[in-house]
Amino acid sequence: MLRYTVRRLLQLVLVLVVLSLLLFLWLRSLPGGPVTAMLGDRSTPDKRAELTSVLGLDQPLMVQYGKFLGRVAHGNFGQSTGVAPGDSAIGVFADRFPATVELAIGALLFALVFGIPLGYLAARRRGGWLDNAGVVTSLLGVAVPVFFLAFLLKYIFAVKLGWLPPSGRQSPDIDATRVTGFFVLDGLLTREWDASWDAVKHLILPSIALGTIPFAVIFRITRSSVLDVQNEDFIRTAEAKGLTNRTIRSRHILRNALLPVVTVTGLQVGALLAGAVLTEKVFAFPGLGEALSIAFTKKDYPVLQVLILASATTFVLVNMLVDLSYAVIDPRIRTS
Amino acid sequence: MTRTSSAATPDLFAGPGAPGSSGSRGAGPLLSVQDLHVQFRRRGVEPFDAVDGVSFDVAPGQTVGLVGESGCGKSVTSLAIMRLLAGRTTRVTGRVDFEGTDLLSLSRGEMRDRRGRDLAMIFQDPLSSLNPVVPLGVQVGEVLQRHRGMRRSAALREAADLLDQVGIPDPGRRIKEYAHQLSGGMRQRALIAMALACRPRLLIADEPTTALDVTIQAQILSLLRSLVSDHGTALIMITHDLGVVAGLCDEVNVLYAGRVVERAERHELFERPAHPYTHGLLASIPRLDAAAGERLTPIRGSVSDNIPWTHGCAFAPRCEREIDTCRQRTPELVPHDERRGDHLLRCHNSVPLDQVVAEGLAGPGHVARAGHEAAVLDRAATGPADTAGGTR
Ligand SMILES: Nc1ncnc2c1ncn2[C@@H]1O[C@H](COP(=O)(O)OP(=O)(O)OP(=O)(O)O)[C@@H](O)[C@H]1O
Ligand code: SF4
Ligand SMILES: [Mg+2]
Repeated sequence: MLRYTVRRLLQLVLVLVVLSLLLFLWLRSLPGGPVTAMLGDRSTPDKRAELTSVLGLDQPLMVQYGKFLGRVAHGNFGQSTGVAPGDSAIGVFADRFPATVELAIGALLFALVFGIPLGYLAARRRGGWLDNAGVVTSLLGVAVPVFFLAFLLKYIFAVKLGWLPPSGRQSPDIDATRVTGFFVLDGLLTREWDASWDAVKHLILPSIALGTIPFAVIFRITRSSVLDVQNEDFIRTAEAKGLTNRTIRSRHILRNALLPVVTVTGLQVGALLAGAVLTEKVFAFPGLGEALSIAFTKKDYPVLQVLILASATTFVLVNMLVDLSYAVIDPRIRTS
Repeated sequence: MTRTSSAATPDLFAGPGAPGSSGSRGAGPLLSVQDLHVQFRRRGVEPFDAVDGVSFDVAPGQTVGLVGESGCGKSVTSLAIMRLLAGRTTRVTGRVDFEGTDLLSLSRGEMRDRRGRDLAMIFQDPLSSLNPVVPLGVQVGEVLQRHRGMRRSAALREAADLLDQVGIPDPGRRIKEYAHQLSGGMRQRALIAMALACRPRLLIADEPTTALDVTIQAQILSLLRSLVSDHGTALIMITHDLGVVAGLCDEVNVLYAGRVVERAERHELFERPAHPYTHGLLASIPRLDAAAGERLTPIRGSVSDNIPWTHGCAFAPRCEREIDTCRQRTPELVPHDERRGDHLLRCHNSVPLDQVVAEGLAGPGHVARAGHEAAVLDRAATGPADTAGGTR
């Protein structure tokens, strides 16, 4: 188990090295090169020359890459040029990270809380109305573009019905104390319940919009996995023992059927950032996804670098956690 | 049928004949299956009667064999008794009286209360029959929690005892282990422990040794035999192996195409097999005393060559004794001859005894010779269990 963890960590380092190389080459291939990338198009020739020598762009490629790695390791990506001009790129990341994590957790909760039970019920009553409705919904869920769904939810539940706030993370009239930057958590820590609740309300619609694809995927995997498991011989053994439906469901069907669900959930976490770009834009939700779209349009390369490295790291880390948790929940892997 | 399977026959002449184990037939049957039909109906396919009017009784403590080739309906019969067949595509009719109650008329909840407590079952493939991600102790203990209302910790302690009783060494450690950590024989022992945990009055064993190594087969059979006779449990032994029947069963039902074609007490069946199909099964057992080069005579054709019972005798296309009547009239299951009312037969032209004798097939000795290693194996089986194969 320890050796396994170490091996996965080494893999992570390798992935990051390769990624940084790609990033480095990408920056050099930009029109105008990294100087334009960091200073923007409208910089004076003097400043450009200065930065060129500061960055060592007149030096050999390998040396440049070495320096680039050194800066990355120190979290020194330069200053944001578009998202929050003047702030450090890494600071922009730190500001917005909690927002996106909250949104991702909301989306995953939505996907898991509805996907697993509905997937289970659909499989157990295969061909019933719930099964058919679920299969159609999950097909729609994957097919409907995220931004369209986000607009639709916002239009119906925020604009027309006014049940939920249309944008942002917190209502302006709430004066909340900031502790961790995770708004829901902050409210709980400081006992400012209304601030927490307000943050939750801001999360609901974006979470549904972002969580719909993971929901659809988890629903379908759970359904097909339960369909497989319920035909296994050991389920027949459990029935032959006269066990209650409840025991058969939780101990015998779900414990086996959820193994693939864990894997798929991990993959979905990786895919969330892509969806977050669109969702956060529609709901003006100040997270990493929104930063990414601003950074792209405003050519804020320092921020882009941080975001790309961070999302890749998250992806690899999450998959590593999934593999490890797989080993924890599946004794066949753990004990061999 | 292979040589290996008959070699697994444990001690042939002890066991079922011994007093006490054959049960008291006068006391009325424990289980009475009457005119059981199981029909599979799937959309686009002709409805298919996998079990087509099977009747038999099991007395308390008695061991009854269901024998026949693959596909003759042995498993479906047993699953129907346990009410473990999927509801929507199968139709089960007839009666399955267990201690006077028709199991088929019970509600699902009432049946659930009885399964594992009054009647239990073990299956062919011990690996796939165990949950791979639940520790063995929990899988044994959950039966006790369910039917005896035991607490989890007490059930686990009892589970260790039960594993010990079925010959699993170091049960305290084994209850924390998983199916993949045991050998095939150990897995089947664990399943037997689960099935017998609540001391059911009836155990159904569906080819419990088919998936196991030869030496292990003998051990499992002798374990089953001693457990059912110790507990007074009645046993329905499902097998395609006449060697197993000879070593274990008091009474034998030979099934063909969903119907019983011959039923007799064990000695009677081996001494006077009268149905051409039974005769064919016996002739296809490998014999150690056979002259070198002598061929086995398997039954020609395969189960798929059946004709429907409504058109005559289903076995006719494969039968060597077929006469004109066989495809005109469906044979009924009737007493073979008046002097032996217990020997039932479904055939228009049964095999005469002198032919059986002439071919050297009469008597369980034939099967015994086929499996003469059995005695050796049986002794091995009473020694320490297959510890060597304990972990894989
Ligand atoms: N769920 C099902 N749907 C349709 N047909 C089935 C189903 N289960 C079994 N059958 C058919 O019923 C017949 C009897 O099957 P069964 O499993 O009882 O045979 P068996 O005597 O146990 O054979 P084996 O020695 O191979 O276990 C077979 O022809 C089989 O194909
Ligand atoms: S009834 Fe006829 S075909 Fe059927 S087993 Fe007897 S002799 Fe053979
Ligand atoms: Mg079978």
